[in-house]
Amino acid sequence: MAGSNKLNITPPRWLLAELSYKCPLQCPYCSNPLDYAKYPNELSTEDWKRVLSQARKMGAVQLGFSGGEPLTRQDLTELVGYARELGYYSNLITSGYGLSEEKIVELKQAGLDHIQISIQASTQELNDHIAGTATYQHKQDVAKLIKKHGYPMVLCVVIHRENIHQMPQILEMAENLGADYLELANTQYYGWAHLNRDALLPTREQFEEAEKIAQAYKEKVAGKMKIYYVVPDYYEDRPKACMNGWGTTFLTIAPDGTALPCHSARELPGLDCPNVKDFSIAEIWNESKTFNFFRGTGWMQEPCRSCDEKLKDFGGCRCQAFLFNGDMYSTDPVCSKSPERHRIDTAINSARELALSDREKPLVFRNSKNSKQF
Amino acid sequence: MTITPDQLIQFSPLHRLQWEEAQQKYVILYPEGMVELNQSSAEILKLCDGSRMLAQIVAELEEKFATSGLTNDITNFLNVALQNGWIKQA
Repeated sequence: MAGSNKLNITPPRWLLAELSYKCPLQCPYCSNPLDYAKYPNELSTEDWKRVLSQARKMGAVQLGFSGGEPLTRQDLTELVGYARELGYYSNLITSGYGLSEEKIVELKQAGLDHIQISIQASTQELNDHIAGTATYQHKQDVAKLIKKHGYPMVLCVVIHRENIHQMPQILEMAENLGADYLELANTQYYGWAHLNRDALLPTREQFEEAEKIAQAYKEKVAGKMKIYYVVPDYYEDRPKACMNGWGTTFLTIAPDGTALPCHSARELPGLDCPNVKDFSIAEIWNESKTFNFFRGTGWMQEPCRSCDEKLKDFGGCRCQAFLFNGDMYSTDPVCSKSPERHRIDTAINSARELALSDREKPLVFRNSKNSKQF
Repeated sequence: MTITPDQLIQFSPLHRLQWEEAQQKYVILYPEGMVELNQSSAEILKLCDGSRMLAQIVAELEEKFATSGLTNDITNFLNVALQNGWIKQA
């Protein structure tokens, strides 16, 4: 086992319940695995209740119902009600597709605390193109209904090269819809986003321009709307403190019951991720090989091992190290101290060349037909 | 944004104040986030239920902890709470 340092295991605080990989949208930056179609099985209601109960007992308090589209689960209201009884703060992370006023009220009565709705762009044409589904108008209506029924609303807009020029309009749209929080999530390049990176990654100039606009707006709406800005890590010179450190805070349960230290970890080789059908959450969190793999610092190589920032960013993201370097123990190549940093720069340049040329590279949309090719 | 002394103070309907058994402390929960509270902060926020103004909160806590001179500390904390959106006034 790579990280045998079991000295200080903190309990999970954040449980991400990916209820289903089914989704009516086809966003080409989806964070679900490319081969999600291989995992059609879903946990039963009773399985989910057991997971919720066991994780809550350990100290998990923030709960995300996600997917895919969590609204595809017929038992969502029942699970929300159960989560409320246990004392979770429940977040519904949804595309809004299929969310009626009746359902919004029903979920509120069951004890849902917050709804995060995604919008793909500030215009109907682009939103519907990126989502692969005509959803723009419905999303606008749902956003208003969420506020009408007294939920805090987070509007989540994933930012990439196709919509980054709409930054001023996206900010205005969020303010007009009465969002309490706007999450401007620069695309993180895993899963489908990694596949489509040449077409999605904005140039540095585009990022800098968009960030300036967002920061200025932050001040304008201070006290009214909070803006979370998820930074584009390729343009940073230090890696993100991925998942706040492996196995310290976050627990993801995939639709089929696989327990993951982050939602991409399924892509890493040799982790043997445990399933909640075979083990309790306490066994998985405290004892499994997977969750201990990158705990602590014992697994690190140079330059991380002797780095004075290793407890700040934990060597960055293991999935990114694997995707770029083929070595999940290596330093996240985003770091300027990494000998592999040039790989990130090559990726940036490759996307930039495409952006500045008049060539077009079609997006591969996230759907079952495409997933079955992986 | 600072506390208005002659207005009632209520906890934000967009946040939740909750005792966490596993952490043995009160926390404030909000969309995708959590703030851990020390005991005195929690005692102040528990009184922000829409039925009290600043002076009443101070008086009750001074009585509860058999002390005096808490006005400044409580006012400072409530100003921070207001700026963070944890409490509101009509």
